[in-house]
Amino acid sequence: MNYSIAIYGGPYSDQSAHSALHFARAVLKREHSIQRVFFYHDGVYNSSALVSPPQDEANVPAQWQELAKEHDIELVVCIAAAVRRGLLDEKEAKRYSKATHNLADGFTLSGLGQLIDAGMTCDRLITFGA
Amino acid sequence: MSDLLIIFRKPPVGTSWAREALDLALVGAAFGQQASLVFMGDGVYQLLDNQQPDQVEQKGTQAMMKALPMYDIDQIFVSEESLSERGLTKDQLGFDCELIGQTELQALLKTHKQVFNF
Repeated sequence: MNYSIAIYGGPYSDQSAHSALHFARAVLKREHSIQRVFFYHDGVYNSSALVSPPQDEANVPAQWQELAKEHDIELVVCIAAAVRRGLLDEKEAKRYSKATHNLADGFTLSGLGQLIDAGMTCDRLITFGA
Repeated sequence: MSDLLIIFRKPPVGTSWAREALDLALVGAAFGQQASLVFMGDGVYQLLDNQQPDQVEQKGTQAMMKALPMYDIDQIFVSEESLSERGLTKDQLGFDCELIGQTELQALLKTHKQVFNF
């Protein structure tokens, strides 16, 4: 089955991104595929390159990057939700005249249509953090 | 089967949930998906007439709600139980909507291909 995942909770303050990671690993272990993970609401904070937890705590954003790379999963971040919360890629930083950008490698800013599309085209869309 | 059912459970101010849920409804409609909206829990406050979110420097959701007909979103439902629990009646609402109970809610959940819950 082809899955997509929506995440609405930020790292650390909310367990949803971590739970979604466990779910994704279970899905892949059973030889299903994951097309896209869509980050919305506070879930966009998972795409920050600056997340720096203490050593004995999981770096959930880094784990998403790793999993996505290994299994060819799209990590898509809602652009409207991200820019408002200060998560910018190079292009948006330029557009808003900001000195720096902080979107982690492997994540892409795109429109909310990508969430609608995931619901329309995948067999299952599973939400975490609602 | 209809396409999208979006459930609103959060008040119009206080968090960005309501606005971001409405964004999803509008984008869904722009993608040609037929969207139905259900307001329940504190989400019913989004339907109240005469809100003044600017008093607390918030945008609220009224302007977006008024844009719904332009997106052909006219299937709007509100939980009768959630209204009465909050001492509200239908005539205090500023938007055309249909009162529903548990049975109708269950039917809506069954007849939509996708459900988004906010």
